[in-house]
Amino acid sequence: MLCVVRNALGELAAKLGFSEAECRAVVLAVDEALTNIIRHAYLGDHEQSIEASFRRIHLPGDGKSEDALEIVLEDSGATVNPEKMCGRALEDVKPGGLGLHFIRQSMDTVEFSRSSGRNQLRLVKILHGQTTQKGF
Amino acid sequence: MQIAARHLDKTTIFDISGDIDLATSPVLRKALLHELRDQRIPRVVLNLAGVRYIDSSGVASLVEGLKASRDVGSRFILFGLNKTIREVLQLSKLVKIFEIYENEEQSVAP
Repeated sequence: MLCVVRNALGELAAKLGFSEAECRAVVLAVDEALTNIIRHAYLGDHEQSIEASFRRIHLPGDGKSEDALEIVLEDSGATVNPEKMCGRALEDVKPGGLGLHFIRQSMDTVEFSRSSGRNQLRLVKILHGQTTQKGF
Repeated sequence: MQIAARHLDKTTIFDISGDIDLATSPVLRKALLHELRDQRIPRVVLNLAGVRYIDSSGVASLVEGLKASRDVGSRFILFGLNKTIREVLQLSKLVKIFEIYENEEQSVAP
């Protein structure tokens, strides 16, 4: 199922005008986020639901606004302690702990919150190219 | 992900294609550890030319393979890395710890 999301998201990011490298970054970030939800919030249960929303937003900047892709992932799994969401030091050559690092490196904004028994992860990628196709 | 093994003299080459992600990385991990820890093959080579995508769990499997190779004194070699895989390995700062070649000829050279 993750590969279906990756393919669809890659197409969406490309249509919004992101470069090939930026598309790969967005796909990697969302894939890693979904993987973390399945592994940590749902304790490996692949059958639980994850709500995902994608929308183009305008971010106010210095004198001009920037377009961006906002992605919000919500789950009703176990509480994730944001203080523990620190990844690991990259100097440690060991398996695991890279997912959060990939997410932070790939996106401009990474925000975690929890309300009404649900975890929410908000990811934002600023669109620098501005070659957006019509229709979004 | 598809994975196929070829056995040469003291070398196993894994031809891997498709996506290495949460669902498929355990298969890769198992194959690598079997060849390195159980079979003690002196050189294990991964042909990644057909890999379209790799995530952190895939990178973790490669790191486990590397560590197992160090434990048993084998060589663990990657080749055929496309832009996507190189980006992910560079992002993880792990690209320098692997023995990486451009092609199979270099990877199996004495």
